[in-house]
Amino acid sequence: MLTETIETVPIRSSEDIVRVRQKVRFHADAMGMSLIDQTKIITAASEIARNTFEYGGGGELLLEILRDGARRGLRLTFSDEGPGIADIEQAMRDHFTTGGGLGLGLGGAKRLVNEFDIKSQPGEGTRISLIRWK
Amino acid sequence: MDKIPILKVGKCLLVTIQIDMHDRLAMALQDDLTNAIVSTKSKGVLIDVSALEIVDSFIGRMLSNIASASRVLDAVTIVVGMRPHVAITLVELGVQLSGIRTARNVDKGLETINRLIEQSESTDADGDD
Repeated sequence: MLTETIETVPIRSSEDIVRVRQKVRFHADAMGMSLIDQTKIITAASEIARNTFEYGGGGELLLEILRDGARRGLRLTFSDEGPGIADIEQAMRDHFTTGGGLGLGLGGAKRLVNEFDIKSQPGEGTRISLIRWK
Repeated sequence: MDKIPILKVGKCLLVTIQIDMHDRLAMALQDDLTNAIVSTKSKGVLIDVSALEIVDSFIGRMLSNIASASRVLDAVTIVVGMRPHVAITLVELGVQLSGIRTARNVDKGLETINRLIEQSESTDADGDD
């Protein structure tokens, strides 16, 4: 599988979450993704970017294009150096929240993409990657 | 900071969201709209989301909050013009938008809102009904 790094986007403010949505839209559209696929990955990115900002204390998004034979996909990796997640299984469950949100961020975002990976340790930050294949 | 304009149309407030709102702007709209319902004595709120390319859980929660607050303040909220791909994505995300009335476009939304306002006014006039 070939990986091409496109760019990194800092996530330090709520305006940056808007910027994440715009960057993801731009690259998903440039890849020729359908409108519904674009909408799903932008929405998933918005949810995770908000977690990175609100719970992770800020971080960044790495955008990559994947080529696997004829298949192309967009991989988004969000990383922060925040407090980390102690119980990932619990955090993935719908309506679980430690903040004031709906608690749909992680589980909801997972439903909107083809591949979802989360790595987190208390005190060592969180790294979440999403892939949507075209 | 930008602001989303709130227009008074008859007995209703009309809000057309035309930009990709950041979270603080969405929170400001929620507060402004709730205050405007009281200060303009409006009986209905129409929120046009036809220009929105995505609605995530944050914006979904804002719409639910506005609908709940307006109900408490004796006004009806109708969300109009949601695009099909946005609606499908919201459902998959798990956002229910329960308790929110919807309409296909602003015209239909205004029609519904005016009918609901008339109904509630005639009920008020009838007294205990």
